[in-house]
Amino acid sequence: MPLLELKKLVKDFGGLKAVNEVSFQVEKGEIFGLIGPNGSGKTTIFNCINNFYPITNGDVIFKGKSIKGLKPHKVCHLGIGRTFQVVKPLARMTVLENVTASAFCRFNTIREAQKEAGRVLEFCNLNTSKEKLAKSLPIGSRKRLEIARALATRPDMILLDETAAGLNPSELDEAIDLIRRIRESGITILIVEHIMKLIMSISDRIHAINFGQTIAEGSPKEVADNPAVIEAYLGEEYARS
Amino acid sequence: MKSKNITLIILGIFFLLFPFIIKSEYYQHLVIIALMWVVIGSSWNLLAGYTGQVSFGHAIFFGVGAYTAGIFVTKLEISAWWGMLFGGFAAMLIALFVGWVCFRLRGPYFALATLAGSEIIRLVATNWESLTDGMVGILIIQSFRSKLPYYYIVLGLAAACIYAIHLLMKSKWGYYFVSIREDQDAAESLGINTTLYKNISLLISAFFAGSAGAFYMNYMAFIDPHVVFSLHYISIMAILVGIVGGVATIMGPAVGAFVMVGVQETFRSAFFGVAPRWISEAHALVFGLLVIFVIMFMANGIVGDWGKIKRVLLGTRPSA
Ligand SMILES: Nc1ncnc2c1ncn2[C@@H]1O[C@H](COP(=O)(O)OP(=O)(O)OP(=O)(O)O)[C@@H](O)[C@H]1O
Ligand SMILES: [Mg+2]
Repeated sequence: MPLLELKKLVKDFGGLKAVNEVSFQVEKGEIFGLIGPNGSGKTTIFNCINNFYPITNGDVIFKGKSIKGLKPHKVCHLGIGRTFQVVKPLARMTVLENVTASAFCRFNTIREAQKEAGRVLEFCNLNTSKEKLAKSLPIGSRKRLEIARALATRPDMILLDETAAGLNPSELDEAIDLIRRIRESGITILIVEHIMKLIMSISDRIHAINFGQTIAEGSPKEVADNPAVIEAYLGEEYARS
Repeated sequence: MKSKNITLIILGIFFLLFPFIIKSEYYQHLVIIALMWVVIGSSWNLLAGYTGQVSFGHAIFFGVGAYTAGIFVTKLEISAWWGMLFGGFAAMLIALFVGWVCFRLRGPYFALATLAGSEIIRLVATNWESLTDGMVGILIIQSFRSKLPYYYIVLGLAAACIYAIHLLMKSKWGYYFVSIREDQDAAESLGINTTLYKNISLLISAFFAGSAGAFYMNYMAFIDPHVVFSLHYISIMAILVGIVGGVATIMGPAVGAFVMVGVQETFRSAFFGVAPRWISEAHALVFGLLVIFVIMFMANGIVGDWGKIKRVLLGTRPSA
């Protein structure tokens, strides 16, 4: 049984079909990459999984049960953590408070929650920024704070939305290392990323979409060699120039 | 940390001994009113300052608490002091409904909805004469002639309210309230049931505002809809107490209450009789100017910007 399964997911915004009958299965323990040009519907898929947007059609199955229509906080309690592409730090709280707030998802006392937060901050190399206000962090640390917060909810699966965008090369290596360690700790990862070096080297399998529709799925090599994928990305390159 | 505790102990002793130091009933009255505002301001601050749900209708809960206490006497013929507890509960009951309606809206729309709610309930209280005696108001007989019992009751209520909020803000609920204020979507994604916790914050806030209202009924012995459901005297004053003292600080509303009651009384009495009478008409204007001043120069209020105020007063430079 796959951990997460999308069944012919459809999301309409008025007339625009942002996601059109996308289906895929994520197995427990894998790193599953989701790629596609700008505006192809990746973030919308995330928002449908944890139900920030109601699904127009289709179904989302997690651990064998439909989670369609469940409030985002319920989806989190069931074991899906997420980060936001446009980071949403709890700005006027410290880094430790940000992560403690999310650790309350599994712990009820402040002592336990703070202990868990400390552990997660260590894991994400944010220990030295503990007492800083979240709004004062540079972008690289903000991205890591997103991950730390999601991890503190003790998820079985984590959705990472472009957590490596805007990082410098050394931060990028650190991010790749962090993602690998998350997987080693037993958490399944669904990752959206534009940086091909990262997504190709890290993913077990990749699902590619364009204009909200599936164009390819397979190993990183298979997807990279797929003509439809090459065209989608080249087309974008041409359009840009 | 240590010096903070010492300050608190000195303050505690001062407030316990105050009526024996200052024997003037006039000043005792002012302090009683200020302590009542500590409760209302703190309750507003919990919802608006910490949870980010700015209420323009705290008179709803204050008024319902006051009327519960009053109706206990006029209709049930039991002591209005029961209102201190049940007025709080009645305010919570109304808060359930207010939350159900108003929390569908976010930000300024929520604020406007609470404003509309307080106007509606004022009209209900004015027109439901069989229950409230309408515009005639409710007059009861005071339990005590001396100010002392009232003073210690409201002092206890204010201390309990501040301490409860202090504990609350160090707990899971407190963290959840502030998370909701900072980013509602992020909060949901962290497993926080934002609707539930906004309502919890509102209910606790309503309870304290309601018991303050019940105290008002007991102490003043007279209420009518225009006073206890007043936008100007109650709802706006609650906001002023909060922002002048400092939103999202534990002691802010306490400081704000004393400052605002002081300012209000200074103008109401035309500078204690020294200034011409027309000055007393200007207090609404002065309130407005004060708010503009606070927002422009001390956005975090007196407590929130205390470091800054100290530097200006002492003429020292900020430490780098
Ligand atoms: N709330 C919304 N209302 C209307 N249209 C939306 C909304 N959110 C996204 N869209 C549209 O849906 C489409 C897919 O957007 P989405 O953000 O999912 O793309 P993406 O693949 O994440 O792109 P990027 O790589 O730039 O992050 C776009 O055309 C976008 O304009
Ligand atoms: Mg996106």
